Parts: sequence; structure tokens; C-alpha cells
Amino acid sequence: MAASGIGLILFCTMHLAGNLSLYLPEGSVFNAYTAKLEHLSLLLYVVEAGLVAVFLLHIVTAIQVTFANRRARGESYARGLKSKGGETKANVSSRYMIVSGLILLAFLIFHLWQLKFGPSEEAGYIAKLEGEDVRDLHRLVVETFQRPHNVALYVGVMLFLGLHLRHGFWSAFQSLGATNPRYSKPIYCTGVAVAALLAAGFLFIPLWIYFDVLGVYK
Amino acid sequence: MSGGMNLNLIVWRQENAGEPGRMMPYKAENISQDMSFLEMLDVVNERLINEGKRPIEFDSDCREGICGACGIVINGQPHGPKRGCTTCQLHMRSFKHGDTIVIEPWRSRAFPVIRDLVVDRASFDRIIQAGGYISAKTGSHADANAILVPKDDSDKAMDAAACIGCGACVAACPNASASLFTSAKISHLALLQQGKAEAKARVTRMIERMDLEGFGNCTNIGECESACPKEISIDMIARMKREYLKAMFAPIPQQKADAAG
Ligand code: HEM
Ligand code: FES
Repeated sequence: MAASGIGLILFCTMHLAGNLSLYLPEGSVFNAYTAKLEHLSLLLYVVEAGLVAVFLLHIVTAIQVTFANRRARGESYARGLKSKGGETKANVSSRYMIVSGLILLAFLIFHLWQLKFGPSEEAGYIAKLEGEDVRDLHRLVVETFQRPHNVALYVGVMLFLGLHLRHGFWSAFQSLGATNPRYSKPIYCTGVAVAALLAAGFLFIPLWIYFDVLGVYK
Repeated sequence: MSGGMNLNLIVWRQENAGEPGRMMPYKAENISQDMSFLEMLDVVNERLINEGKRPIEFDSDCREGICGACGIVINGQPHGPKRGCTTCQLHMRSFKHGDTIVIEPWRSRAFPVIRDLVVDRASFDRIIQAGGYISAKTGSHADANAILVPKDDSDKAMDAAACIGCGACVAACPNASASLFTSAKISHLALLQQGKAEAKARVTRMIERMDLEGFGNCTNIGECESACPKEISIDMIARMKREYLKAMFAPIPQQKADAAG
């Protein structure tokens, strides 16, 4: 779980880095980036297969662990457990990892269907790039985020991404034994920052496009 | 003493592991603030016995916080509301007149209920039997400075060795994981020279046993540390994971032979 989780955090970081060009109203940078990815052809398939494997590993283990942990309790406490405080990491993030995780999974499926496997050149989403025809993903994303229900969905889900990573980042380090009493607090804080930055980075893309305060997206 | 407290108890009663149990209400009357929680239960039990009823069964031995026998969940908190405290060391001054107190046994499939609040913690013994010791004969007490141990290591080993094996970590963990217990038992040996020789075999076998007993998986929530009467840190769990990875990626020759054989 820990290793695959770190892999997914790295993926999210790279995905966000690429998506940052969506903050530009002009599509050429984003389209050039996605066209570059397309041009990797075989290599991209290898990377995508790896990504699918990592996602599956993460999700399947998560579901197994959740069921095993439910079983391990047996009879439940009449009025639940109550924390005794201290350094505990018990919070909505850590308690509901499976919930935020499943929301992200559902989102992921929808997200891939909507964008990656969404309308492409055949549907007229064509951009000219140095004389070459490429898929106009920038236009697709902009049009997607001009619809309020998509904006609401993406913003909502990114909040869950933040919650998931807030516990996940630190948890991965702890599970790999890569913490030291001296560093475990800084690592937890770094996790909170990483979660907030990634969530915010993704979250403001739809808001930026929808509200278009500069009036630059058509 | 001026007027004791009256309390409403809601207690888990269960005849044996085979029969279903249920929560039952009891009154605890004229309880002194200076009593321990177990003494309060003693008072209730005396009355039950006088009334010809079966007393509420619970475990206890030392009643001074060192044996780990006592241990019940009080209002959803293992060993009650105070941190760094066992049930036997918890005093009734932590409660007020008229309080309702919900009392349950540790909840874990690996700790089956024997009766009422008494659970069978033999699964912990089996984890220790899997490797929580040093197999070499150590002979008579060695000269104090024969093996030099850095202060930092000896402090950490002592922190780990403070574990009394009560099982509060399992009871408090939302996943009913025994990782804090197992990691404390692994750490107090792994940190010292005498324990290092068998460290890799030990960590592998103890973790395998822990999983086999049906405990849950650690998801680093930290409620174990919060409930531990000896306030053992989850840094122990990180050390256990580290030791486990070391054993996995750089097994000692003996272990390779074991695996092959
Ligand atoms: C506002 C947030 C997001 C936007 C605007 C966005 C946008 C996109 C776009 C346009 C693509 C298609 C790229 C291509 O096919 O070359 C894509 C692919 C993808 N996205 Fe996102 N994404 C967002 C958040 C996320 C999050 C949070 C995750 C992870 C949970 C995620 C996972 C993926 C995956 C796995 C792919 C497929 C990558 C590939 O196969 O090459 N996305 N995203
Ligand atoms: S009875 Fe020994 S620790 Fe409580």
C-alpha cells in the first residue's frame, strides 16, 4: 500500500505539473504537452500499463485490508471508541481512507471516460500545432469546466483527494519504517502541505476556467 | 468521608465464548472517590453475591499497574479516560455522582471473551513464542559493563520494554491491530546487542504469527499510543517495519536455509 501510494502521489504531482498549463487561456502549451505524451506511443502504453497496475495494487490491497480489519474487531463497541488524545493521528482523514479512496476511484473512472476517452479529432476537437493536426484537449477541458456541474464535481472530489493524501503521505513513510522520532512530525506536516498543494492545484483549474475573472477563456 | 457517589453502570455480560452476550444495567452505590475502578467493581460484586447473583467477572492481579492483567474498555476508552494509566490505577475521582459508565471487554477476534470482561490473550503469548526472546543461554547475571550499550539505545529499549502486554493497543485500534505490542517486543530486543543476532528471524516470525492470529492491519492511526498505559510510541511500529524490510531484502544465511529447507 505504501509503495503504490507513493507511486500515485508522484503520478498526481506529474499530472498536476502538466495540467498547470491549463491556467493559460491559450491552448498551444497544453496541447503541445498532451501531443508529446501521445507521441511517446509505445512508451506511453508501457507507462500507462504500469500506472494501471499501481492503481489496481493500491485499490485491491486497500479493499482487502479494510475487510480484514473489520473482521479483526469482531463484536463492535456498544458506543464506539473514544480517543484519549495525545499525538494520535485519528481524524476524518485516517478514519475514512477507504471512503475517500473509493470516491477517488469512482471519479477516476468518470474522469478517464470524460476526458481521455472523450470526444477527440473525429468530433472536431482538432488544433493546429506547428502545421500538424493534434487533438484539441485544451478546448475539451475548457468546455467541460464551463459547465457548473463538472466544476462542482471536480472541486468536491479534490477535497477528498486532499483528505486522502493528508493521512496517506505520512502513513506511507511510517509503513516503510522511513520515519525517525525526530522526523515523524515534520513528515506529517509535509504530508499536510503536499495534500493541500495538490488538492488546491487541481481544484483551482476548474474554478479558474469557470469564473474566468480575466475574461480570457472563450 | 462525606457521601459517596452513585453511578449507573452498563456492563457486558457473557456466560462464555460460545454464548451471545449483552449489555446489562447495574447500580454502584455509595462509591468513594478514593477507590480504584476495580475496587468499585468489587463493591458491586459483593452486593451481587449477597443477592445470590453471579458477580461481574474481570481480570486483575497486581493492582499496581505492572502486570497487564486488568484491562477493560470504559466509555469507549481502553483503561478509562486517563492517559498512561491502567484500569487498576484509575481512581473513581475521574467520575462524578450520577455518571453512566459503559463497561466492555477488549474487542478483538484474536481475544475471545472467556466470560463477561475477561478475554483470552493467549494470542499474545503465541506471538512471543514465535520469537520474542533470545535463545542463547545467558548464564548468570553478567558484569554490568561487559557489553557496552549506548545510552540512547538503552533508553529506547527501556521504553519498549515498558510494555506490560495488556492489549489496550488492540482494543483501541480501529483495526484491532496488535502492531504496537508486537513492535515493542521486537524493539526492546532489536535495540540491544544480545538481541541483534536473531533480529531478522525474530521479526519475520513474530509478524507472521501476529497476522495468523487474526489481528487487523496497522494503518498508522496512532490510537494505540494514545491508549497505551505505558505511553509506548508508534515509533516502535516504524522500527518493526524497518526491521521487517531489512529481513526481507537482506535475509541472513540461516534464514535462506530455512526458507529453502
Ligand atoms: C482538476 C483536476 C484534473 C484535471 C483537469 C485532469 C485532466 C486530465 C486530462 C485532460 C487527462 C487526459 C490526458 C491525456 O489523455 O493525455 C487526464 C488523464 C488522467 N487523469 Fe486527470 N485530471 C485531474 C485530476 C486527476 C486526479 C486527482 C487523478 C488521480 C486520482 C487523475 C488521474 C488521471 C489519470 C490516471 C489519467 C490517465 C493518464 C494516462 O493514461 O496518460 N486526474 N486528466
Ligand atoms: S492489575 Fe496488574 S496492571 Fe492492573
